[in-house]
Amino acid sequence: MELAEIHAMTKSMRHKILEISHTCNLSAHLGGGLSMVEIMAVLYGRVLRYEPKNPRWENRDRFILSKGHGVLGYFPALLLSGIISNEVIKTFKTNGSDLIAHPVMNLDLGIESSNGSLGQGLSMGVGIALAAKKRQCDFNTYVYMGDGECNEGSVWEAVMSAAQLGLDNLTAIVDYNKLQSDGDAHQIIDFGDLAGKFKSFGWDIQEIDGHDIAQIINAFDAPRLVGCPRVLVAHTVKGKGISFMENNNEWHHNRLTKSNYDLALAELGISVEVAEL
Amino acid sequence: MMVEINPSNARQWSRIGSRGVFGQAILAIAGHYPDMMVMSADLGNSSGLDRFKKTYPNQFLNIGIAEQNMIGVAAGLAKEGYNVFATSFAPFITMRAAEQVRMNLGYMGMNVKAVAIGSGVSMAFLGNSHYGIEDVAVMRAIPGITVVSPADCAEIFKTVQAAAKFEGPMYIRLTGAVGNPPIYTEDYYFEIGKAVILLEPAEVTFISTGSMVYESIEAAKLLEQSGVKAGVINMHTIKPLDIDAVNSALQHSKVIVTVEEHSVIGGLGSAVAEYKALKRHAPPQLILGLPDRFDVTGDYRFLLDRHGLLAPKISDKTLAFLREVARQN
Repeated sequence: MELAEIHAMTKSMRHKILEISHTCNLSAHLGGGLSMVEIMAVLYGRVLRYEPKNPRWENRDRFILSKGHGVLGYFPALLLSGIISNEVIKTFKTNGSDLIAHPVMNLDLGIESSNGSLGQGLSMGVGIALAAKKRQCDFNTYVYMGDGECNEGSVWEAVMSAAQLGLDNLTAIVDYNKLQSDGDAHQIIDFGDLAGKFKSFGWDIQEIDGHDIAQIINAFDAPRLVGCPRVLVAHTVKGKGISFMENNNEWHHNRLTKSNYDLALAELGISVEVAEL
Repeated sequence: MMVEINPSNARQWSRIGSRGVFGQAILAIAGHYPDMMVMSADLGNSSGLDRFKKTYPNQFLNIGIAEQNMIGVAAGLAKEGYNVFATSFAPFITMRAAEQVRMNLGYMGMNVKAVAIGSGVSMAFLGNSHYGIEDVAVMRAIPGITVVSPADCAEIFKTVQAAAKFEGPMYIRLTGAVGNPPIYTEDYYFEIGKAVILLEPAEVTFISTGSMVYESIEAAKLLEQSGVKAGVINMHTIKPLDIDAVNSALQHSKVIVTVEEHSVIGGLGSAVAEYKALKRHAPPQLILGLPDRFDVTGDYRFLLDRHGLLAPKISDKTLAFLREVARQN
């Protein structure tokens, strides 16, 4: 996909995020889902290697959503890349559904791992990337993390081991939206120079605006430093794209009422009538 | 069996102890399992893996002192088809990394064998920080994890061999110290989930696991001198519990005595009691194990004796329990 198509995909993703959040009639992690949209569109629209009709394909790139509560940025990407169907995504947060508030491992739906407990996905990513190296497989492994998640000590265990093992087939993305469940990340655990921290651990860093599609593409496409895992420290805005959700932590986990749904759709330039079709 | 169980080997293994024998068992089979990966959180030498890592450097990974990451990395390797044994001391692998075990081995069912070296009180003077007192309780409560506790060094060989063939998450718990006498001096049938009846269920039946199987056999001999016939079941697999074996004890015994080098809360005793609670006419049960407290430390025999887990005290407590039950009747 080229830039314009990816841009169109982001709009469709946001539309779908709003739709399934509203339809489920339950609180959902809107803020942290919306901050992911551009990066996920670039990943699924351009970067990741996969076969939509064969999600178990051995040579697929592996994607792990370590910030498991980010499913609203994930499931719409799976839908728009043809891996899951509209019928499946409609079941979001219904009783017995495969699609709930955190990923539940289901290779047929393109979901590599079960997540929800923060700070664990990167370790699995290290294991997968190491397996690929040992077997000389050329697929890549991508792990999407939150900045709040980086409070977990286990993240840094994984960061150290990835560098030690020379995993230049591993890419982490840190969605640096600077808000976590209880509020301003800087007032809870201030990372200061987060990219610099990764760099000091031996990682190849790409620090970008996580909503600038061209920057995201360039960061993923940049030549890799041999023997170094890569991290995209992506400065993002929680709730991005919906003005009343942006940087407003009330939308970390909230229910999208009909009136707010209509307001949000209008901001995307989607009329309510079209949305209901 | 790639290694012969005979009296001479059994004596030699006893001198090496459970940790060294675990390393030998891994070494003996690794060549047959090119997908086997053995991980350590910087305790490779303490885990008897020094020869293994020299012989099979590509199948060994010291991930650093980072048990949580070790379990996650093990799961990633397993997800891609590797047969992973992740090793550390019992509290570190079952409790420091408990939630990683829960997510990766339990929830996702990754084919990882978590191995606790030196569980129970075999870490002796290293103290309670290194003991495995609650590890079975924790692992047993996580859905989907098979829990195995081999009775002696020969059974460690059997367990490692069976685990390498087993698809799915498993917790292997090593107990016993250097010099623990062998139980098995000839080959026998071993299957995960299938207990071994060493002495036929009788008036008293010991259902025991790990290091306590030997002590139970010795206790049965002492009881016989007091005119009480005792059976011994080696319940090497604590989860899933071998219900058939438990039933045979329930049918034949006036009392059941469970013996384990683990807290009396949540281990084999609890597993048997949970099952027995369903039975209207089940015999009463004495649960012998480590006390529910962080006690003083000392050498291994001192600790087993202090907690009543050597044969003479097991026998005495069993006789007292029989008298108590008779009084209740």
